[in-house]
Amino acid sequence: MDFILAPWSWHVSGAVIGFIMILLLFFGKSFGFSANLRTMCSMAGAGKSVSFFKFDWKKQTWNLLFLVGAVVGGYIANTWLSDGSVVDISENTIRDLAALGISAPTEIQPTEIFSWSFASSLKGILFLVIGGFLVGFGARYAGGCTSGHAISGLSDLQIPSLIAVVGFFIGGLIMTHLILPFIL
Amino acid sequence: MLKFLKFIVAGILFGIVMTKSEAISWFRIQEMFRFQSFHMYGIIFTAIAVGLIAVQLIKRFQLRDIGGNPIIFNPKDMSIPRYLIGGSIFGLGWAMTGACPGPMFVNFGYGYGMMLLIIVGALIGTLMYGVLRTKLPH
Repeated sequence: MDFILAPWSWHVSGAVIGFIMILLLFFGKSFGFSANLRTMCSMAGAGKSVSFFKFDWKKQTWNLLFLVGAVVGGYIANTWLSDGSVVDISENTIRDLAALGISAPTEIQPTEIFSWSFASSLKGILFLVIGGFLVGFGARYAGGCTSGHAISGLSDLQIPSLIAVVGFFIGGLIMTHLILPFIL
Repeated sequence: MLKFLKFIVAGILFGIVMTKSEAISWFRIQEMFRFQSFHMYGIIFTAIAVGLIAVQLIKRFQLRDIGGNPIIFNPKDMSIPRYLIGGSIFGLGWAMTGACPGPMFVNFGYGYGMMLLIIVGALIGTLMYGVLRTKLPH
């Protein structure tokens, strides 16, 4: 049981994620998580005024169920499959983040960002909502996120997905190295 | 019932692997964008390698899904601005929140209630894309 409770190595984790993509193919579906955000907008009635959301969202029910499973999986992993290990990031990252005022890991997320005291401050609300906005807007603009482009798309050698992944890194590097130092 | 259950089970497995691999951690995403560990690259490259072999086999042997239908891969429409600009905007948010769309929800299940703020932001972002879509370069 120890090997399940300890953090999983990258090769086991990568293989399991690849397996999930294959599983969905054999279920007759295509792995792409961010489509759920569009579906949720449609369910909320956005299709009445914006044509992009006017589609038969019930065909995406399987993906919403996958999302529900993902939430449950996060709960299970934390509640029953954890040995309390701290995220073992590199010393260089710990040092770089310390310079930004983020202390070394004591749990899976930094307490400076993922705590209610930050999330209930004006700065915290803006940080989290704007960050989420960029992910949602960008994923739909690019027609997919990490699962749809980086995993499904690159597995099928799709050039558009490669361009999207290059974009993910352009944005990620700009945020990490040029913007985060000023907003954290 | 099995029709629905299998997707929930696949999702549970996804939530578990994303947590146990620490791919849902803001720390791991920062480490990746600072090129200070192979961990996240190893996860992504392994997943693609496994997926690549499976996709080739499915195409070579024209395998069918469990419903007996051919497994079809739809090529994505070619464009540079769409993927590059959209992808870059996504990357900005990914490095900021440490969460792409899947991990937002996995983290919520993990117990980080404030992930709802990121999820609300992502829904507003998706909505705004839908509103502005015809005015954006694709």
